[in-house]
Amino acid sequence: MRIDPAWIVNNLDRIGALTVEHVYLTVLAVVIGFAISFALTVLVRARPGLYEPILGVTGTMYAIPSLALFALLTPITGVGTVLTAEIALVSYTLLILTRNMVEGLRGVPADVLEAAAGMGYTSLQRLVRVELPLALPVVIAGLRIATVSTVALVTVTALTGLGGLGYLIINLGVQRGSFGATPALTGLVLCVVLAVAADLLLLGLQRALTPWARRRAST
Amino acid sequence: MGATEGVDVIEFLGEVAAWFADPGTWSGQNGIPARLVEHLWVSAISLAASLAIGLPLGLFIGHTGRGALAAVSVANIGRAVPSLGLMGIAFLALLPLGLAIGPLPAIIALAALGVPPILVNAHAGLREVDPELVEAARGVGMSEWQVLWRVEVPVALPVILAGVRTSAVQIVATATLAAAVGGGTLGQQILIGFNVGDQVRIFGTALVVALLSIGTELLFAWIQRAATSPGLRGRPHVPTQPAQVGRGGGESGSWGS
Repeated sequence: MRIDPAWIVNNLDRIGALTVEHVYLTVLAVVIGFAISFALTVLVRARPGLYEPILGVTGTMYAIPSLALFALLTPITGVGTVLTAEIALVSYTLLILTRNMVEGLRGVPADVLEAAAGMGYTSLQRLVRVELPLALPVVIAGLRIATVSTVALVTVTALTGLGGLGYLIINLGVQRGSFGATPALTGLVLCVVLAVAADLLLLGLQRALTPWARRRAST
Repeated sequence: MGATEGVDVIEFLGEVAAWFADPGTWSGQNGIPARLVEHLWVSAISLAASLAIGLPLGLFIGHTGRGALAAVSVANIGRAVPSLGLMGIAFLALLPLGLAIGPLPAIIALAALGVPPILVNAHAGLREVDPELVEAARGVGMSEWQVLWRVEVPVALPVILAGVRTSAVQIVATATLAAAVGGGTLGQQILIGFNVGDQVRIFGTALVVALLSIGTELLFAWIQRAATSPGLRGRPHVPTQPAQVGRGGGESGSWGS
């Protein structure tokens, strides 16, 4: 494999555009996945019996290979559309996000809940002001896994005709044989850099949002 | 929405059924049987390679406690590396050597992908074995080798096999992507479908791939249950899910990222 720095310099615009598209597809999937998982979690909190069926459905979707799920959706949402990609990408985040949110809420000690109820909090106030802040480390742990996985997964959308860094790896890489080494390696490295950056960003967010955890750790 | 779309869906499913009924779907180099067999042997070789690397390494780390941090770090970084990228780089690296032949680049990438779950679970499984049990085994005069094979591995077997199951499902699922680097498998049919815009072929093959993945998951779940010692069944601390790396970590889906 020969790396050609000149190719990178000459194609910075293109690399930038594909990176932006990659970030866009990732963020969209994680944000929508987070919103749906939050709704499912509120549902499970009210009706705990729904937890098992929800895990069953999201777990089954999780077990379907990405290329196959993109393929199964095409008759409904079209070949190589953003909608096809996003439905598949969102459904992969649901298992991890919902499970971590529900388990996070369940980890809140019972006496804390009683104290909140004793202070006159309504169920919704308790959720927003007490349960969610305490569950935050577990929720964000789920968010980190889902985000890092989605960054990697978005590469596959290139096979369905979309852009993203998978386009550098496959269309400009593998398909051009020996001339493709530089684009492919650029795509792979950018993918890992994006994943690590997103992970650190979310870790920083968690630290910023839960100052009490740090204080407790230092004493 | 509405009635017309309902008819379209039924029509489409009829076309898919006709595709499945067509003898052409079942014969030749691109037929389902040929691609399925290819998919299975590519997956089997990759899993065997992952086991050959991951299992001894995981057992060594679990037994001695050495290198645990490095192993978990590598496994975590592994999640950030896209399988498709790994396959692409394996293909391009082997190309000038004249070794980018058929599914070989894909097998190398799949084998690498399969190592972390096996390694992490073998290590975690051994760590979870009651230290008093290990001490007792040493106390009755067992050698380190005997402690490993007669005590630690049997007790940790459900966790070790959970890792093998995660790897197997991940490899079978991701083998679909081998088609993108000239490695064939059932993914080839899907990519051909995307290239010529044949939605029936795309959908039909994707159904086969989805069933294969779910079937693999069920098969390895059964193996895991069957291989669990009766004395360990029903014990609350034996996880049926793969061990987690850190809090909520180690999540490794099957979907070939």
